[in-house]
Amino acid sequence: MQLAVNIAVLTAIYALIACGYVLVYRVSRVLNLAHGELMMLSAYLLLVTASQFGSHWAVAIATALGLSGLVGVLVYLFLMRKMTGEMVLAAVLTTVALGILLRGATVLIWSAQQHYPVQRLNITNFAIALPGGARISLCAALLVATMILVYSSLFAFLRLGRWGVRMRAAGQRPLLAAQRGINLHIIYAMAWGLSTLIGAMAGMLIAMDQGLDQTMATIGLKAFPAALVGGLDSLLGALVGALIVATAEILLIHYVDPLLSEVVPFAVLIAVLVVWPWGLFGTREELDRV
Amino acid sequence: MSRQPRASGHFRIGYAEDLKLIQTPLERWALAALLVVLGGLPFLASPFLLDLANQVFLASIGSLALMLLTGYAGQVSLGHAGLLAAGAFTVGILAKELGAPFWITLPAAALVGSLLGLLFGLPSLRLRGLYLAVSTLALHFLVVYCGGEYEARRGLSTGIVIDPPSIGGHAVTSARAWYFVLGLAATGTLLLSLNLLRSGTGRAWAAIRANETVAEALGIGVAAHKLLAFVLSSLITAVAGALFGYYRGFVSVEAFSLFLSIQYVAMIIIGGMGSLLGALLGALFVTLFPYGIEAALGALPGAQRYAGALFAVNYTAFGLVMILFLVLEPFGLVGIWRRIETYFVLWPFKYRPLAGRPR
Repeated sequence: MQLAVNIAVLTAIYALIACGYVLVYRVSRVLNLAHGELMMLSAYLLLVTASQFGSHWAVAIATALGLSGLVGVLVYLFLMRKMTGEMVLAAVLTTVALGILLRGATVLIWSAQQHYPVQRLNITNFAIALPGGARISLCAALLVATMILVYSSLFAFLRLGRWGVRMRAAGQRPLLAAQRGINLHIIYAMAWGLSTLIGAMAGMLIAMDQGLDQTMATIGLKAFPAALVGGLDSLLGALVGALIVATAEILLIHYVDPLLSEVVPFAVLIAVLVVWPWGLFGTREELDRV
Repeated sequence: MSRQPRASGHFRIGYAEDLKLIQTPLERWALAALLVVLGGLPFLASPFLLDLANQVFLASIGSLALMLLTGYAGQVSLGHAGLLAAGAFTVGILAKELGAPFWITLPAAALVGSLLGLLFGLPSLRLRGLYLAVSTLALHFLVVYCGGEYEARRGLSTGIVIDPPSIGGHAVTSARAWYFVLGLAATGTLLLSLNLLRSGTGRAWAAIRANETVAEALGIGVAAHKLLAFVLSSLITAVAGALFGYYRGFVSVEAFSLFLSIQYVAMIIIGGMGSLLGALLGALFVTLFPYGIEAALGALPGAQRYAGALFAVNYTAFGLVMILFLVLEPFGLVGIWRRIETYFVLWPFKYRPLAGRPR
């Protein structure tokens, strides 16, 4: 039973992070390898707002979330916008470079030691007993709830919302979308903001649950196979991918070797990519034409 | 090989002349001067400078290998550190378990490297671009995990100590001896790359990078040449890793983080994609960068308080420089070099004639 709970929590973590990768990739065909670092930055932002508005935890979290979304938009406006039209690899490497920059900068500003935003927010992260003898901490339960909420609203948004439809259009055929009067820059900036915002939710909850230090970025990197296993441009795929990767990881850690935690996601990734090169639900990308 | 005019008034007639490595008297003199400087350096420079030079040599072997793969054959790899680790660990394990000398361990590292290259390359037959980059990233984690597992199982949690190799009864320990060993290795790699690139293999890679479908239609064995690129590049990289292990006298997984892979990719980006000179310049730049930062921190007033977090400063500055290069100078250092070269070749004119020889 505890295993099932662990799997659910890890799935929620991976799914929340993976959907950030998927959103940006689906809309702009850029793989954002700095997602983990952006998530870490958001968690550090929470630390700042927590010491500012310590007594009002809701205000602190809302401010931090708003700031994170803003950071995402700014990253697009000031960095990634310059990379449109360049080689895809160059754009991806720019995000890698951004990730390195953020890693260094967060250490410089907040030092490398572990922080506990929960204490500053005056929240007690108590454990909830579940039927079957399993336990789940408050933040972990919130992670699962957030995941469900985020995914259902994203599905609704992309299917029904006016901006969601525009986003899908921009992702499918940027040229046609632009000709129909969709402002691509706004769409791309929105995708970056939204992706960072969702990453921030995951990052803050993880930080509140387990504490915050530089390993946060590694979690972001480990969630990336989940996005790829499901197919980089499918939200449903991200969810399924997260479930597969999390299940494999928890089971192998429990039954084989705890050290495996670092490699399992990537091993699953290779195994899946060999059989389904575009992931489980990903669309086959167009073949080259002569 | 650049298709640029090499000097004003120098015309190439015939393909044989076009393929020559050294074409103009100036190039011959420049090369001779470079050789004299490189040969004389170890007798003048301090041990610290020699260590820097050795690191640059090691890095340039690796970056040349990556340049062949990414810059010329067009196959992206983010698993370079994994291959370096494989080479270093082959040496470490063979030396530790069997006490094998270097003339066994180096070929063994090359063998392991080429096998891994085959493994790294297999996904490239089905995957392209990003997906390929990611699968090499995954393999990097697998290789490093295996290395860490070996360390843990054998109780060598701090790393494996390797004795220096001995050539003809003389152990290679001094920085000066290493300078010549590594310098020769780097020169060998450079010559190998130059010759590969002006042969049929190099042209096949260029065709694959330009357009796979067209290359296939032209009768180029795309799969075979892709695999060849992976195998050769990995072989060279594994040997570089083995030399790295010997040079340090110490092998440990911590040295082969993802950051190292990124550093190698940064070398070929900062140096300039699709140019061997770029690989060398990039290796020089990226290797010396942290030392430059350290020196700058020491020189700037008020920067002392960051000295404790030197690695963080390094990360920040490195990320910043990489972004600046990607955004402002996509052709890298070699782009700057070419611009200067063109200025002198065209002097007193400023622009090439519009019609005439391409580029």
